[in-house]
Parts: sequence; C-alpha cells; structure tokens
Amino acid sequence: MKRMLHSLRTPAALLAAGVLLAACASSGGGGDVSKRKVPDVPMAKSVGKGEGSLNIIVWAGYAEKDWVRPFQQQTGCTVNVKVGNTSDQMVSLMKSGQYDGVSASGDATLRLIYGGDVAPVNTKLVPNYATISSFLKDGDWNSVNGQMYGIPHGWGANLLMWDPRTVKGSLNSWGAVFDKASAYDGKVTAYDSPIYIADAALYLMRTQPDLKIKDPYSLTAKQLDAAVSLLKDQNKHVSEYWADYTKEVQAFESGTSVVGTTWQVIANTINSGAKTKVKTVLPKEGATGWSDTWMISAQAKHPNCMYKWMNYIVSPKANAQVAEYFGEAPSQTKACDQTSDPKFCDTYHALDAKYAAQIHYWTTPQQQCVDGSGNNCTNYSEWVTKWQEVKG
Amino acid sequence: MGDQVARGQGVTVPAPAGLEPSRRGAISAFFAPKRRIRLTLLLGPPMVWLVVVYLGAIVALLVSAFWSVDSFTENVVHQFSTANLHTVVTEPIYRTVAVRTILVAVAVTAIDAVIAFPMAFYMSVVASPRMRRFLVVAVLTPLWASYLVKAYAWRTLFAPNGPMSWATGGHTPGYGLTATVVTLAYMWLPYMVIPVYAGFDRLPRSLFEASADLGGNAWRTVRSVVVPLLFPAIAAGSIFTFSLTLGDYIAVGIVGGKTQLIANVISDQVTLNQPLAAAVSLIPLTAIVLYLAAMRRTGALENV
Repeated sequence: MKRMLHSLRTPAALLAAGVLLAACASSGGGGDVSKRKVPDVPMAKSVGKGEGSLNIIVWAGYAEKDWVRPFQQQTGCTVNVKVGNTSDQMVSLMKSGQYDGVSASGDATLRLIYGGDVAPVNTKLVPNYATISSFLKDGDWNSVNGQMYGIPHGWGANLLMWDPRTVKGSLNSWGAVFDKASAYDGKVTAYDSPIYIADAALYLMRTQPDLKIKDPYSLTAKQLDAAVSLLKDQNKHVSEYWADYTKEVQAFESGTSVVGTTWQVIANTINSGAKTKVKTVLPKEGATGWSDTWMISAQAKHPNCMYKWMNYIVSPKANAQVAEYFGEAPSQTKACDQTSDPKFCDTYHALDAKYAAQIHYWTTPQQQCVDGSGNNCTNYSEWVTKWQEVKG
Repeated sequence: MGDQVARGQGVTVPAPAGLEPSRRGAISAFFAPKRRIRLTLLLGPPMVWLVVVYLGAIVALLVSAFWSVDSFTENVVHQFSTANLHTVVTEPIYRTVAVRTILVAVAVTAIDAVIAFPMAFYMSVVASPRMRRFLVVAVLTPLWASYLVKAYAWRTLFAPNGPMSWATGGHTPGYGLTATVVTLAYMWLPYMVIPVYAGFDRLPRSLFEASADLGGNAWRTVRSVVVPLLFPAIAAGSIFTFSLTLGDYIAVGIVGGKTQLIANVISDQVTLNQPLAAAVSLIPLTAIVLYLAAMRRTGALENV
C-alpha cells in the first residue's frame, strides 16, 4: 500500500505542475468597459433547414406548450427548455456553450456580447423584426455600433404583490417592503439577486433626495452603502428570498410570505390556483423592470432552428400569447391585434414609448457610470459582495 | 477463467478460452517474469481514474482559486493572484457564515449522537433477534427515499399553518436555523446509528456483568464502561454527520428561510465568480481535514 501511494506521488505532482503551467501560459485582460472591443463573432448569412432540435434558456413562462407546440409542428425543431432564475444564472449557462439561445434581460445582454458568448443577429433573416416597436431597436442594451445582437421580445416592470388576507387596505408604495416592513414582520419577501439592490436605490432616490441618486444602477460607494443598509433593515423582516419563481408561488400560497416584489406571471399563477388570491400594483415611486432580447449563442449547434424561433416568438400571434401569459408589453406592434383581451396593449402601454422610458430597466452596473455621470460608480462585483453581506 | 495461475505471485491471469494450450503457455510465459506489466494492467485503470478524475478535479479547483474573473463579462482570467484568498480571509461575511455553518454541523452531530446512542443500545443489547432485524431495516429505509422528498416533507411540517404549528398552538420556530438543524439531523441520523450499533455489537457482554459485580449501577456502567469503549464508533458516525452538514445547501434553501450556510455562498458565487467560489470552498475543505485529523487521534478511522 505504501509503495502504491509512493508511485502515485509522481503522476499527481506532474499533473499539478501541468495545470499550473497552463495557468501561467494563458492570460487575459480586464480593463475599462468603454474601451472594450467586441469579440469578432461571425453573423449568419442565411437560414437553412432546421436541425431538428433547439436548446434554449428562458425566463419562466416564455416557452409554454400553447405556442411551443405549433412551432415544433411548423419547423420540426424539438424545443428543449431550461428556465433561468436570474440573469447571472443565464450568463453562466450560456458560457457553458450547450445552448443555442437565451431570452436575456438588459443586465445580461452586454455581458454576453462583450464576453463573445453571443453572435450578432442578421435582422434581414427575421422577417417579423420589421414591425417591432422602433423604441426597442438599436438600444444601448441590445446593439453595439448599430449592429443588433438580438431580437427584442417584450418589456415590463417589477411589481409589488400582497396577499389581502393578511395585508389590509391597498398598497401603492415600495415603503411596504422597506420603511414599513415591520408591519409584516417575518412575512416579507425579496428577489434573491444582487440586482435587487437597484430596487432599494430607486426607493431612496424618491424618499431621500439628499443622497442625490439619479439612476438606481449608477451608485457611488456612499449611495450603495445607503441602499445596502436599507436592505439590511429589510432583512430583519424577511421570511424567505426567492429566485426560483415556483418558490414565491409556494411561499404566498402557504402564507410564508405575504408582501414583496414579483413578476405579473407569478401573480397570474397564484390567482389561477385555489389557495389564495393576490393583488399587484406598480407603486408610485416607479419600478425597476426588464427589456428582454432573444440572443443566439456564438457556439449554437442549431443556428437555423434558433433563427426560426427568433422569428416565430415575435410573430404577432405567438408574441401576443407570451405577453398575455407572462403579463408584459409585447415587442411586436401587430401583436396588439391578436391578444384575447382587446385592451391588453393599452393596459401595458405596449406602444407608448414615453411610458416605456420611465421604467428603470435592469442593466449591469459598471465603474463607468451607466447613466454617463462619471467614472466613480460601483461595479457589479461590488454589488455581489454587498448582496451577500445583506443576507448575512 | 483462471485455469492458469501465474507462478510466484498467485495473481490470476485470465486466459481467453479456446486458445491452444501451447499458446496459453506462451502468454503466461510472457507475463510471468514481468511483474510490473501485470501490476500495471491490474491497477492501471483504477489508478488513472483516481488520479485524473478525482485528484485532477480537486487540483484544478485549487488552482482556479488563484485565478480571477473579468469584472464585466465574468470570463475567467488566467492570471495568478492571491486576491481571492485575501478576500475570503478579510471579508467578515465569510467568517460569519463559516462559523454559523460549523456550529450547525456541531449541533447536528450532537443531536444525532444523543438520539443514536439509546437507539443503538436497544437494537443491539435489548431487542430480540427478530426485532433487531426489523429495527435495522427501519433505520435504513429512509435512505432509500429521495433527499428532496424528505426535505419538502419537513418544509410542510414547519409551514406557518402546518402540522407543527397546529400541534404546538402556533409556537413553531418556522423556517430558519432551527428548522435547518432539525431537518439535517433527521437526514443524517442513519449514518450515526449504524456505526454506533456496530460498536455496541463488538462490545463484550461480560463487561456489563463485570461492572455490575463490582457494584456499578446502570448509570455508572454506561458512564465508565460503555461510553469510553464506544467513543471511537460515535466519532466515526460524527465524521459523516459533520462533513455532510458542511456541504449541504439544498435543505437550508428549502427549510432555512433567509439563512445561508457556506455551501449556499459557494453555489451563489459559482455562477458569478468561479475562482472566488473555489477560494471559499477551501473553508469547508480545511474544516473537514482538521476534523478528520482530530478524529484520527480518537482511533475512529480504524473503526469504520
């Protein structure tokens, strides 16, 4: 046995040395985002026959069988769906190279583009792109130097949800989960991602003007600390954090949580069940939100199926189905004629560029302030550390 | 197979059936003086598996703790730096969570030891052979059920309007650290009961009589005879309960409310900053190595 161990030592040491050498040989750079170059990833020139299969990462509710099945019948592409819980998880899954595409929010898109994980999209190959709302095209979150890196899907705001069995009256302020959270001690919930710090920053932007917060994603160290201390106070009253949307559904149904941030699709899921009925509101302080973009992986094994999917999911009928199911504004202008509720697009202000501009869309915080106010902002990795501190 | 026994070593070389006897002789003649070849063939594949897959993965993990990530794109940057280790040592959050995790592991181990001791005593010393078989099966059966099923069962029990709340008139701890400790103690109990049961089985019954003859009552016998002799068995069981608790992040996510343990921190970091996650994972790794070293001194490792 001793001899065996002895003979093991050499190969193990060799292996370790090899790995170390490999580590030293290659190197990469970090540096300033504004001076970054986008990796050169080739763009598709044409769309051929489907490869028979498609692997996509989606937000919960974006790929339900009502509209996936017709797509499979039309194209022969079998759709395999992986639900991502947070933008961070989606970025990490895309880096694995095992997926063809993703429905990325604005806090994931640029990371994917500059990381070389997604390919530019040839919008000429996506016929339904022409009638997409113009205020979603060539945005600074989905394009670089006039080149689109995806197809806009839809947008919406994070909402405040409560259970009227416990929470009396009608809420209209995020204060319910911050300053007044003690009223629901041990029953408050919050989104388990560093990006939720922006929700606290937005609340402070309205309630503490002397902090001079202009944009919830452009925070100086002092402003970040103020948001973190608000979140630490909130933590005392939190029952559970949620990232998996089914966890929030279950928490509200069982009464574990009674008030907190949500997506409309979660409220719809709870209200379609028998256990409880919840209410939602877009509070008076405004809200953070998302603008999602379908992106194709730089390593897509089924690029033709992915192009067919990007065109299908923004077709008037399918885009209307997704938007109504999830509870968000569709990106396709013609989707408004296809919704089962004729007033749906009015309710969600789908065609109202001014309304859309008021939502504070998820974006990745950088040292070079994303609102252009300077270069003394905190970057996302600082947010990540702070978020772990909040959870304690 | 095995009709040719190689001389000198007693190692069986399987000879393909249907070969001419003379050729078989040639094969064994080829291998007989070449002990190294035979040893290589025998141990090669498992060694490759152990070194490349197992040790290789751990080495790669340790090495990656010295890399960093691009703060914007999260791509791993292969440049040597001790920044991650520095972060792990200096950021108070990692210390807080590490201490909490170790306390949970100690609590789970203590609860399991206290429950397992009388159970194993009854199973081994008091119960009839029939009853003993039944009890062993009963202890082992929960291991066949899915981990998630058991964790979600406890989530139901601890729910605000669940059975626990109903039975105690609303005085439940709810989701949190207590629920986590209870759930993990339940999960790992069989890993403690079985080694302690085996320890009792090895205990000569004559020692009980000897203790009684010398005037020791039941309590004195347990304290001065049984516990010292069983300590290595309890220590062996505690290695399982302690190390399994250090690595768990699923149960705490289901019944722990807003609590996080060290494995939650690692799993949260893996998607964002894999090198930092690797550096954080050195904390439980160190804790387990230290614990094993301590247990080795008790003689527990010879007892498993």
